[in-house]
Amino acid sequence: MQNKMFLSGNKAVAWGVKLARPHVIAAYPITPQTTVIERLSEMIANGKFKAEFLHVESEHSALSAMMGASAIGARTFTATSSQGLLYMAECLHYASGGRFPVVMMNANRSLALPWSIYGDQRDSLSLLDSGWIQVYAEDAQESLDLIIQAYRIAEHQKVLTPVMVNLDGFTVTHTYEPVWVPEQNDVDEFLPPYVNQYAMDLDNPENLAFSSTPDDNMEFKFRQHQAMIDAKGVIRDVDLLYGNLFGRYYGGLVTNYRAEDADCVLVTLGSISGTVRSVVDELRQEGVKAGICRIRYMRPFPEEEIASLARENRAIGVLEKDISFGYEGTVATNVKSALSKTGLNIPVLNFIAGLGGRNISRKDIRNAFLDLECHRNGSSAKALQFVNSGVAS
Amino acid sequence: MSTITVKPSKPSVKTLSDHELFFGHKACGGCGGSLTIRLVLKVLGPRTIAVLPAGCMSAVGFIFPQMSFAVNAMISTFAGTASMLSGIRAGLDSRGIKDCHVVGFAGDGGTADIGLQALSGAIDRNDRIIYICYDNEAYMNTGIQKSGLTPQGAITTTTPSGSFSSGCKTSKKNMFEIVAAHGIGYAATASAGFIPDLLYKVEKAKNVSGTSYIHVFAPCPTGWGYESEDTLEISRDAVACGLWYLAEFENGQFRLNHDPGKLAPVQPYLKRQGRFKHLQQTEIESIESVRDLMWKKIRKEWLVD
Repeated sequence: MQNKMFLSGNKAVAWGVKLARPHVIAAYPITPQTTVIERLSEMIANGKFKAEFLHVESEHSALSAMMGASAIGARTFTATSSQGLLYMAECLHYASGGRFPVVMMNANRSLALPWSIYGDQRDSLSLLDSGWIQVYAEDAQESLDLIIQAYRIAEHQKVLTPVMVNLDGFTVTHTYEPVWVPEQNDVDEFLPPYVNQYAMDLDNPENLAFSSTPDDNMEFKFRQHQAMIDAKGVIRDVDLLYGNLFGRYYGGLVTNYRAEDADCVLVTLGSISGTVRSVVDELRQEGVKAGICRIRYMRPFPEEEIASLARENRAIGVLEKDISFGYEGTVATNVKSALSKTGLNIPVLNFIAGLGGRNISRKDIRNAFLDLECHRNGSSAKALQFVNSGVAS
Repeated sequence: MSTITVKPSKPSVKTLSDHELFFGHKACGGCGGSLTIRLVLKVLGPRTIAVLPAGCMSAVGFIFPQMSFAVNAMISTFAGTASMLSGIRAGLDSRGIKDCHVVGFAGDGGTADIGLQALSGAIDRNDRIIYICYDNEAYMNTGIQKSGLTPQGAITTTTPSGSFSSGCKTSKKNMFEIVAAHGIGYAATASAGFIPDLLYKVEKAKNVSGTSYIHVFAPCPTGWGYESEDTLEISRDAVACGLWYLAEFENGQFRLNHDPGKLAPVQPYLKRQGRFKHLQQTEIESIESVRDLMWKKIRKEWLVD
């Protein structure tokens, strides 16, 4: 039994958090994350949800507090965005190194300077190496489902790694959509109470979060890496299990659409994927064999799934709201790396779009596919393009 | 504001537990910080969770696999002592565990500089945590650099004396009164050289229903340049000459616990430490006049035991 509600992405996250029953929430407000913690505060104030809510004085303290709570065996939640995510950067590495299975929602937003509250994905992608599982939602429904799934993944004994659930700022966080909200009993069945055998125990004291010497340090890092690799299987299993219970399957680490026989595949991340799918349908009617591969998880990276896109005579593009200055988009770098392991020489074009909230139109997406088609047919196209930019690139 | 519900009896060294909860660490001989932690944990007992940020005591106590705390303990980020303490308390509350102390041991830099914001947040929320600052007056773990609690005139590796400098230009931030200004339930200053007073203050902090703060003067032979057997004497000299004081803030009121009477001259205290050896007579007089102003205020505005 599920209830259909009209929710924004942020409200859907708040519902997901409530259903996951975290014990401790610590958060600091930042646009466009605020409505998540406002709804959670209301739920707690109205007695609809029982949790300790810490009004911390910074994002750094939010994540620091969550690690403390997690160390004593509490399930925890925080949410942030942009500058706030950067401000907690030290704690991101700390939480993954300490293997604290905390869950955080990040509203993807541009980074200063220049200041901008609008969306792009440079905040989370610039912290791709912080050891967190990173997943990107496409819409409000997936946001709710991902929050619930995130706890099951993070707390898995083979994983014990924090999860960052990313929602595109405003386009997902503030857009209202019909959302199916599961019943508490069903979620409780899917997500049993948090038990961590490594949590502090007052009868058997432990020293945690310690120092290590060069003789030991690398083994910790190897295990952290291995846990992230193991998370791939756990993510696929959790997706299936969730689908079996609630009827929504997302395909694991990626979701493909009309990619199987496509000549041109555009790889995407987050909410732009819906528009891309619609353009794919349009182009198909026109005889262009277009397809899309939406990456859901950037870490662990879907290496096998991306590699399986490699085909002779196929062109692949990466459309992303990110740029690693002086090179290319980070998603493109990762995609190219996975493709290169197949031994096939697949041309990849990188479309940098939507920085600082710049609109990505259907025409921009059509042009990207047409460039891929030209490229496939031997005409040269620019490998790195700033889409819809006022400055000649 | 939280108040102390139980007036504790004065603990003494005779009644102090023989059970050691911090040992086997690699602190220097004569370390005022490690002595403070050892004593504080004896009062708090085994059902305690300790948090230490980056600093001397985490560096000497947590080198895997040799762990020096017999209580639950963890290292926090440098800025995150108080916030991690708050999270632990919230986690305990959410699990219904009440009979447990949550204590932080942070140095002067971890408290007055990088950790001040998180500490302020915790006091503002009045989270039930005990925050101990062991003040050795510089960043000792990284090699004796100036902190916000380094006293005027002291040489550190970032405030050396030279033809254009005579050591640290600034005086100590007044952490005790900064904390008190939050309206905290209980705050105190203490010293590694006044052990019964320290034990009593920890006993009081144990019974506070909200945040408590104890600022402990903790000399460092390595950083200050004196013999390691002199730590307690140096601590007592500091109080005798009025460059440190033993006080409490409770129910909105400051109280001086130990009246040193006529203050001893500062010169002998300063001159027995390498970090002050370079000071000229005029500079010593300047330190003394700042001290006199502070004491004028204390004697005018505070209660005196």
